[in-house]
Amino acid sequence: MKSHVSRRGMMGRIGAVLAGLLAGPVARTVRAAVSKGLASAGAAPGYEPAKHKWVMAIDANRCIGCGLCAQACKSENHVPAGPYYRTWIERYIILKPEAGADRARGETLVDSPEGGMRGFGQPSVAAERIQHSFFVPKLCNLCAHSPCTQACPVGATFDSPDGAVLIDPKYCIGCGFCIQACPYGCRFLSPVTHTAEKCTLCYHRITRGLKPACVEVCPTQARVFGDLKNSAPEDPIRQFYQNNLVQALKPQLGTDPRLFYAGIDKEVR
Amino acid sequence: MTNAITNLVVEAMPRFEGYVYPNEATHQPLWSVLIVLYPYITGLVAGAFIMASLVRVFKVKALEPVYRLSLLTAFAFLLGAPLPLLCHLGHPERCYEVMMTPHLTSPMAVFGFIYAWYLMAVLLLELWFDYRQDFVQWSRNTSGFRGILYRAFTLGVMDESKEAVGLDMKLGWIISIVGIPSAFLLHGYVGFIFGSIKANPWWGNPLMPIIFILSAIVSGIALCVFNYMVLMWVRRRSPDMRCLDAMGMFLFYALVMDAAIEGLDWVHRIYSADEAFQILRELATQKLFYTLNLGQVLLGTAVPLLLLGTLQVLRRRIPEAARKRMYFAGSALILLGVLAMRWNVVIGGQLFSKSLRGFMSYKMDFAGMEGWFMGAVLLALPFILLTVLVKLFLAERPPGRAP
Repeated sequence: MKSHVSRRGMMGRIGAVLAGLLAGPVARTVRAAVSKGLASAGAAPGYEPAKHKWVMAIDANRCIGCGLCAQACKSENHVPAGPYYRTWIERYIILKPEAGADRARGETLVDSPEGGMRGFGQPSVAAERIQHSFFVPKLCNLCAHSPCTQACPVGATFDSPDGAVLIDPKYCIGCGFCIQACPYGCRFLSPVTHTAEKCTLCYHRITRGLKPACVEVCPTQARVFGDLKNSAPEDPIRQFYQNNLVQALKPQLGTDPRLFYAGIDKEVR
Repeated sequence: MTNAITNLVVEAMPRFEGYVYPNEATHQPLWSVLIVLYPYITGLVAGAFIMASLVRVFKVKALEPVYRLSLLTAFAFLLGAPLPLLCHLGHPERCYEVMMTPHLTSPMAVFGFIYAWYLMAVLLLELWFDYRQDFVQWSRNTSGFRGILYRAFTLGVMDESKEAVGLDMKLGWIISIVGIPSAFLLHGYVGFIFGSIKANPWWGNPLMPIIFILSAIVSGIALCVFNYMVLMWVRRRSPDMRCLDAMGMFLFYALVMDAAIEGLDWVHRIYSADEAFQILRELATQKLFYTLNLGQVLLGTAVPLLLLGTLQVLRRRIPEAARKRMYFAGSALILLGVLAMRWNVVIGGQLFSKSLRGFMSYKMDFAGMEGWFMGAVLLALPFILLTVLVKLFLAERPPGRAP
């Protein structure tokens, strides 16, 4: 039987072979670029991001506002002194309504002196006037649709397959667009490196099997950390989801945060 | 250090009201005066180009006296446009990455391409096709460095035949047509940089690109009126009133559209009154009182609308000298008003916390990269460039011709 190979068919085959030959090096280059990016964030050698899915959760009911987490973060990650924080704690004080007022609640007061790093002093209002008071630790919200990654003009910020949103400091041009795009105020422009910085979940620690510094030092386990791809039902992170109704911050923006909170009020944003 | 010394006398500590996220409590907003200048200058480019295309594409004969001036204005300001951005970057030496490895989901990533397209494919080409025949003639009539310069600008194409000149005209016209959407793209995209930031309720707004384009057209035409009148004043010549009246008319209608769309934005904000409305209202009525209500709305929009509107209705009854003053005042006020608008957008968006619970303050330094001085230099630079361009390419007496 005589086989007929058309010119178009032949071109197609040659194209396929060429594409096949090119695919290998391209894939290798992409892989190398990804590992270079991860390494720049401090990943352990040989670490495989696709095998993990890191998340954090906050049980605000447990937070006592001691500030150890913010302190630990500053020193662990060499965060510059001054108004630069990868994590911080906010104190919310919701006042009772004025006597005779037709409102369910009074004013909401929020503060975070030095990011809550040194704890919180006495509130500025008398205890009898307070209806509710609670602390809310804040950090990168680990958005599934992170606006910071979307906005970065050079791709220096990227979503790692393991759930961390990272920045390659050797690549960042310091335009600040990601800082403007983050709805949660979690990023800052470092006065030292002149690049954007943010919480990496202590990437240099978690890729070596350790917990993030803030989780490690939290005396009340208000911060829960885990790996969704490698967690048993009895692991704290699974227990957190099992035992709590949760909220995410600013859900209306569609960023789909993977940082969940238990025990926070509608006033938190 | 220099900064610290020069600002010592007028040092003001940053002030905050209410609660701001700790990362927002910095001495200066992240994007300060340089990022105010960037959309301002880019807008002037787009507007001046639209002005030029009114002659080239829409055949508005009355505007012919300002055709070349508008093109040169667009060119001078386009050359100055990326400087504020570049100076603002934390790592300007890495700026090429925006073009080498653009991250295409970012509105900022395409800046390099749009800029390059506009500079190389639109403005330079249009200028060259428009000027080529003149370059050929000037290079023959002029000696010395200028002559060499004009000869170089011909790029060796010395053909002055009817066909060649006709082809220049035709290609220039085609480029003008391509240039109009490009000008819209250039500035609409700048608006999108702000409009796409959903985290910031002052910015995240689908009307933003349209507002930016319209205000760009307004400011660009105003700049052409301003430059034309200054140029005529410097040359001790009387401006062509037919041309001024035509520019005034286009300026008036563009301003009406711009004011209408910006008004619509406010109507929508006030009527929908979402969770950010309370803080935005405070921002507009208190923090931005002078620059928004006085600068942008009253002096930058209402007064010019009144001046230009009066000229539309009562043109024949107003003496020429008064008309000139009114056009000059109107255009100068619009230029200030649009600058105030850029300030209100860029700085206003960073005067309130994204927690919607408090305000930051901003006091400009004098020295340093983000200070008054640098801002003034970067704003003056396009005018200096334009002066050189006008000397070279828009001489009162064409080069080589006897006075």
